[in-house]
Amino acid sequence: MGMTMTQKIFAAHAGLASVSAGQLVEAKLDLVHGNDVTTPVAIKVLEDNGITQVFDKDKIAIILDHYTPCKDIKAAQLCKTARDFSRKHNITHFYDVGEVGVEHAFIPEKGLVVPGDLTIGADSHTCTYGALGAFSTGVGSTDMAAGMATGLNWFKVPSAIKVTITGKFKPFVSGKDVMLHLIGLIGVDGALYKSLEFTGPSIKELTMDDRFTIANMAIEAGAKNGIFPVDEQTLAYLKGRTDRKPVIYEADPDAEYEREVVINLDELDSTVAMPYLPGNAKKVQEVKGIKIDQVVIGSCTNGRISDMHAAAQILKGRKVAHGVRCIVLPATQEIIKEMIEDGSYMDLLNAGCAISTPTCGPCLGGHMGCMCEGEVCVSTTNRNFVGRMGHVESKVILASPAVAAASAVKGELADPKDL
Amino acid sequence: MSKIYVYGDNVDTDVIIPARYLNDPSEKALASHCMEDIDPSYAGTVEPGDIIVGGANFGCGSSREHAPLAIKVSGAKCVIAASFARIFYRNAINIGLPIMECPEASASIKPGDKVSVEFSTGKITDETTGQVFQAAPFPPFIENIIQSGGLINSLKARGLAK
Repeated sequence: MGMTMTQKIFAAHAGLASVSAGQLVEAKLDLVHGNDVTTPVAIKVLEDNGITQVFDKDKIAIILDHYTPCKDIKAAQLCKTARDFSRKHNITHFYDVGEVGVEHAFIPEKGLVVPGDLTIGADSHTCTYGALGAFSTGVGSTDMAAGMATGLNWFKVPSAIKVTITGKFKPFVSGKDVMLHLIGLIGVDGALYKSLEFTGPSIKELTMDDRFTIANMAIEAGAKNGIFPVDEQTLAYLKGRTDRKPVIYEADPDAEYEREVVINLDELDSTVAMPYLPGNAKKVQEVKGIKIDQVVIGSCTNGRISDMHAAAQILKGRKVAHGVRCIVLPATQEIIKEMIEDGSYMDLLNAGCAISTPTCGPCLGGHMGCMCEGEVCVSTTNRNFVGRMGHVESKVILASPAVAAASAVKGELADPKDL
Repeated sequence: MSKIYVYGDNVDTDVIIPARYLNDPSEKALASHCMEDIDPSYAGTVEPGDIIVGGANFGCGSSREHAPLAIKVSGAKCVIAASFARIFYRNAINIGLPIMECPEASASIKPGDKVSVEFSTGKITDETTGQVFQAAPFPPFIENIIQSGGLINSLKARGLAK
């Protein structure tokens, strides 16, 4: 029986010739990471158990991105705990305010993951690095602690769903629309415990940023990971970021898939997810016109440079509607620099956007844009659960950067092609 | 006899413990806000030994271990659900919160029922209706982690974590 890409990565990291779906394996980790919310809990697990050594100071990343710059005294204490631990163990990849970015944009940007890697992170959107042809998945703090201590963790080898991409994007449609459409199709537990293996003739139509967005939201379909084949775009992305050699895996022709889903980009329209599940997908044309109070453009899902450009392209020369707050959060410092250099930063400022330093901030109702009862936000983030961005009676509509920017201009949920 | 809290499908970690409380991971704080955004009465009424019953995909969303921790320190004895989201499943096993996967029990148990559970056999009994359910067994590898008292203990027993 052939193996999927994900299964091949597991076999290689478990020291086995082959693995099959359902098999429990112990695998070596190429990177273990955590953030300011999850790392302090992992540190407590280590301390409570008298564990004083980490397996490899170069293969641990600690990234202070959720409540930073610290929103309150308790958040400052969490950051201090993570900072002190990183100093004590001389953690190579510790990143603090001024250098840090939103982890799942920042880690690939720094070249910390290469194709063929197997990584875990104490954050559910760790599945993002599947865009690079790596296996990566989110875990909890105890798994992070175990990974930091041993460089190993246990996994159940997942079965797979094959997602074949065909066709070409229509204007204003992007990776976010692909993923919201897919989650709508298979449901928020449609890929539970499984890998989403993306393939097909139109993978080349997807930019690296599209792939990061798509892999990022694999968890929103319940998936263990989402993974893309490695191509010239992947290798070009890695250039100048790392000296490590990529290991390229391809699915066997006779790999087994539980299900195949085809997404034809020719037929895909701008798509949103209505409250309160990422699977409540609708074409924006079906639900446009809903009055909104806030727009958020950013996050580990859509805070990358092409997301900023998609928003700036629409907002340039226009104004954010009166009565709407448009908060833009570029995901890394490098992205901010690029925006300043190419002018998109000024385009957004002139349109009336508030532009933040990199932080997860409002995505999880942390800070920088929490909502009160009755407010509605169009957001490029990844979850629209009850109370996700503040009050339990506030609402989040998930959308692409283009739809979010168009909505900011119109003051209501809008399709960019109607502007 | 345990009190039962019945919730539906897709109970996410944001409603189990909202992110606005993640700046304080102390047991007391987690317990006092547990289930706040789906059931504000939970934290004030839950007593040691009570049981949470969820539908499909229980614990979906964020990887925050604060969610199973909050349930554990709130006093609930276990969670019964039709299925669990995978990170929550791992986290619960790793920290020693008993979970039982049983679609039949999840569909049948009603609020107010008296329910008893037996972790060693996976037997769930609804004493009110007389129905007996069997939860899915854990694979031996995971059973070993549970028996060791969680992931870290199982690694220490093998001399792996120092």
